[in-house]
Amino acid sequence: MKLVAEKRQTSSKLFRFSAPLISILVALFVAGFLLLAAGVSPLQAYLEIIKEALGSTYGLSETLVKTTPLIFASLGVSLAFRMQIWNIGAEGQIYMGACGATAVALFSGLENHVMMITAMFLAAFLCGGAWAGVAGILRARWRVNEVIVTLLMNYIAILAVDYLIYGPWKDPKGFNFPLTAQFSDAARLTEYFNTRLHSGFFLALVCALVLYLFMERTVWGYEIKVIGSNPKAAQYAGMRTGLAIFAVLFLSGAIAGIAGFSEVAGLQHRLQHGISPGYGYTAIIIAWLAKRSALGVVIVSFLMGVLLVGGDSLQLSWQLPVAFVYAFQGLILFFLLASEFFIQNRVRLVRGTSHD
Amino acid sequence: MTDLLQVKNIRKTFPGVVALDDISLSIAPGEIHTLLGENGAGKSTLMNVLTGLYRPDCGEICFDGEPVSFGSPRDSLAMGIGMVHQHFMLVPAHSVFENILLALDKIPNFYSRKQYQQKIQQVLDDFELDLDLDAPVWSLSIGAQQWIELIKLLIRDCRLLILDEPTAVLTPQESARLFRVLTRLRDQGKSILFISHKMREVMEISDRVTVLKKGRSLTTLARGSYDQGRLASLMIGEDQVPEWEKAPCQDERLALEIRNLSVRNDRGLSDLDNFTMKLQRGQVLGVAGIAGNGQKALAEVLTGLADASSGKILADDGQDITNSTARSSYIAGIAHIPEDRKSIGIAPDMTVDDNLIMKSFTSPAFRRGIFQDRAAIRNNAAEKIEQFAIKAGPTGNPVRYLSGGNIQKVIIARELSEQPSVLVALYPTRGLDIGSAEYVHKVIVDGAKQGMSTILISEDLDELLKLSDQIVVMFRGRLAGCVDPRSTTREEIGLLMSGEVQT
Amino acid sequence: MIEILLDATVRAGTPILFATLGAILNERAGIINLGIEGLMLIGALAGFAGTFASGSLLVGVLAAFFAALAAGCLHAFVTVQMRGNQIVSGLALTMFGIGITALFGRGMVGATIQGFERVAIPGLSQLPIVGNAFFNQDLLIYFSFLLVVAMAFFFYRTRWGLALRTAGENPAAADTCGVPVSLTRFLAVIIGSGIVGIGGAYLSLATTPMWIENMSAGRGWIAVALVIFASWSSYRALAGAYLFGGITAMQLRFQAMGTTVSAHILQMLPYFFTILVLVISTIRLQKGASQQPEGLGQPYDREDRK
Repeated sequence: MKLVAEKRQTSSKLFRFSAPLISILVALFVAGFLLLAAGVSPLQAYLEIIKEALGSTYGLSETLVKTTPLIFASLGVSLAFRMQIWNIGAEGQIYMGACGATAVALFSGLENHVMMITAMFLAAFLCGGAWAGVAGILRARWRVNEVIVTLLMNYIAILAVDYLIYGPWKDPKGFNFPLTAQFSDAARLTEYFNTRLHSGFFLALVCALVLYLFMERTVWGYEIKVIGSNPKAAQYAGMRTGLAIFAVLFLSGAIAGIAGFSEVAGLQHRLQHGISPGYGYTAIIIAWLAKRSALGVVIVSFLMGVLLVGGDSLQLSWQLPVAFVYAFQGLILFFLLASEFFIQNRVRLVRGTSHD
Repeated sequence: MTDLLQVKNIRKTFPGVVALDDISLSIAPGEIHTLLGENGAGKSTLMNVLTGLYRPDCGEICFDGEPVSFGSPRDSLAMGIGMVHQHFMLVPAHSVFENILLALDKIPNFYSRKQYQQKIQQVLDDFELDLDLDAPVWSLSIGAQQWIELIKLLIRDCRLLILDEPTAVLTPQESARLFRVLTRLRDQGKSILFISHKMREVMEISDRVTVLKKGRSLTTLARGSYDQGRLASLMIGEDQVPEWEKAPCQDERLALEIRNLSVRNDRGLSDLDNFTMKLQRGQVLGVAGIAGNGQKALAEVLTGLADASSGKILADDGQDITNSTARSSYIAGIAHIPEDRKSIGIAPDMTVDDNLIMKSFTSPAFRRGIFQDRAAIRNNAAEKIEQFAIKAGPTGNPVRYLSGGNIQKVIIARELSEQPSVLVALYPTRGLDIGSAEYVHKVIVDGAKQGMSTILISEDLDELLKLSDQIVVMFRGRLAGCVDPRSTTREEIGLLMSGEVQT
Repeated sequence: MIEILLDATVRAGTPILFATLGAILNERAGIINLGIEGLMLIGALAGFAGTFASGSLLVGVLAAFFAALAAGCLHAFVTVQMRGNQIVSGLALTMFGIGITALFGRGMVGATIQGFERVAIPGLSQLPIVGNAFFNQDLLIYFSFLLVVAMAFFFYRTRWGLALRTAGENPAAADTCGVPVSLTRFLAVIIGSGIVGIGGAYLSLATTPMWIENMSAGRGWIAVALVIFASWSSYRALAGAYLFGGITAMQLRFQAMGTTVSAHILQMLPYFFTILVLVISTIRLQKGASQQPEGLGQPYDREDRK
């Protein structure tokens, strides 16, 4: 008896769509054992996650608050994925976007709300884009590995924010805490329903729609898809792949940068350490789970939002480290990759030799 | 005497393709047995089954009278079956020594370098081969690399040697040398399974011939019971090889001129070296040469995939377009049928519709402002699918699900849709069935009538002789000669291909 | 002054050296491993916990090796057996490592152990300038020297090494020569992962004998970049690791001397230089004959049609 894997002629559609869900479920199951080993009852923990994140208006609003930066960052990452470019630096781009927005909020002196918000948005867009654009130029010009560059730039971005809030941008009236001054009202996004849910969430949904139209309906989207499917063929068809690589990485970083804008303008109202607890990394998983779909990004971001809100409450009630969520996310990815094998191959048990 | 190898009713399918339908054959000790068949008849697949690379769906293989099943190449190698693949299984970055060493069985993990170098040198000397054991394989000629492949098998004492189109990369002179070695090995009692579709070689060397067609073994004939005509008719299945008459090119106007052009590769060597040629309007210019002698660089520099390091490319109006800004717009007017159609000709995951507009997606016909005009794109595809008889499957089908011939038709349909002035075609019929190949020939001949010039790069001399107004021969990136197909012989072209004479 | 800097260089470079060597073993077999950062953390925690529980440093190092090796099995299984995307799988491994060490490291925070101590090699340690830095160090550092030489010997003088390199360069060729490609790649990934784990253990057993959440702080990623700088050679990995050890040592030295430059800016230097070095070595790589294993990143499926 032995197991034999055979290529499927066409992959099963049903399986392809259900694979991410199955992966999440299996990961939940396996993570349960990790929780058990750490002395936490998995069933109780999972129930608590669902109750905390979805069980009340407050919980739901908090989930959407966390979903917001995830949507932006994941849209950015998935845009790059479409061209087989790996933007692992969404985390740093969020920080840089936040920096840009904060600079405008603190130093522009604008008083008109619309102008202020627009200027902050653009600053975040450009800063996030420029940060990723560095990797874009290096990749396009010299084929430098963008995975390593974007990743290492995360560390630099986080240190740069630290430098600013411990140094030049520190609030003089802040009792020497590493924080900038609070933003003026003009620099704050509207909040709804007496919760922390702010207009950044709706902006994220619009952004997803725009990106969907961009990819599926425009000439540029077509070009990106061709380059992603086969860069050599694209070059052969006369497309300027180098320019496209830069443009896509810039745009990818810019969209992730908007997450930084939305966090400081909508939620924190100031720049401080840890404005993103790893949204940029979670975004990679979301983008991979959602495959090519912008709608998928929104849905999976919401699921991850549930997980993050639930994880926060587990930290309070069980003293579980927040980083535990990473272990869980890593497991989801492993199972998803493994499930892709079963989408492409049919595995059979064969008796005796391979002939039958 | 029992047969060394017996193959009974082997079948092997790949997603969407029946590569082997029903194959049976036997090989005796001390014989040279030829597998004859067209491209796509299943020769290579059968070889990969015999060497354990592919697992057959059903059927039986007996070696030395015993039924065997190969789970991996290791199993078949252990039995004494070795193969020289068409795509060499060498590691270019490793030295000759390392490549051969790897093939040796049962060397200790901590081996003595000196001892094995001596052992390998002996075998090289025995076959009068002059190879530097420490040279990296990438620095050697294709011919030398093939010898390494053969040495790898000989040093293991393989009893059955399988050679997959070994002469495709050799000059006629090198082939002759190879045949002398093969005959000697046969006389020593080795069995050789020789794969080819070149009729003259088959006549020269085979003891027996098995003809494959569409994944089936038609018949096995012993020497003396066949002649070239009989084999050809078996292989092609028609008695008459259809001939296209191309009207000679009358137009004297130039379409393109190349002067002293050189192209360097990544390793700093010249792929194209001081190459000069002229192309007239409506002319079909055949380019002959053994694979790897600069044909690819020629196509790439013309289509903008590679840059010239020196020399000039002149357009029909005499304008220098080598590296000028005019180059990109000129390249847009050059149609290109690439050698490796799957790796550069198509975007595999995208639909047939999308692939058909890959070169003209910015054209106003297919867009409204920044948005694509999906209806126009669909109409275009429907039109092309009908015109070129493409079996495209359901709408929205990714192009990678199409067969090789249909993928080639998609590429040709796309390339010719803009009425190009020049077509650069690399091995356009390689791997196609006869019907598709004839279709490609027809497209080239019809295009020439309307003034399209074609640079036809091919390894199939028949194809070149049939279609070309003129044939240039390349050797090591240089122009080795230029001949008129109406007054030349295969031998003359062969000598030019080997670089031994220049005109 | 130079002696102190050199000593600090070697000590700061050693964890990166182990990680780079482990990554080279992975990549030589054709598998990209971006899980180095996570593996270092797993090694660091397992090493610390092993020593804490047993009181023996050797047990700690072995625990680090085998824990990282076990985690490497995940990556090996997904990329070799399941032919999954190597980049995503590596990232998953890093996330898994960060998360799982945070979870199981809770009990270890604040615990203390007796870390590695210096063992002077008689004679050699008396050499001027280099003596103290290279020959008055702890056993793990001597082991790293040995490993550098052993790895070069393994690659170029043994049959297994040749088989492994062939599996990375051209898996189809390796297969036809009878090399068990999947097994070779699997073993290379897990043993390489184990070596990375020792690098992590160096952090928690020698650099600072304690467990701190996320204590590798990006060193794993620096190692990934150094593989390219080292052109997949263990000797050059040594040079690269010490280069970064040097930058770190200098940065710490500046801080200790109370410079006016912000500590945050100084801490950026290693990352900044890694990018710089990556760019330079990538450009250099494209000019000469490429050292990069040709089959790097490509899953091998025997029945794929060419």
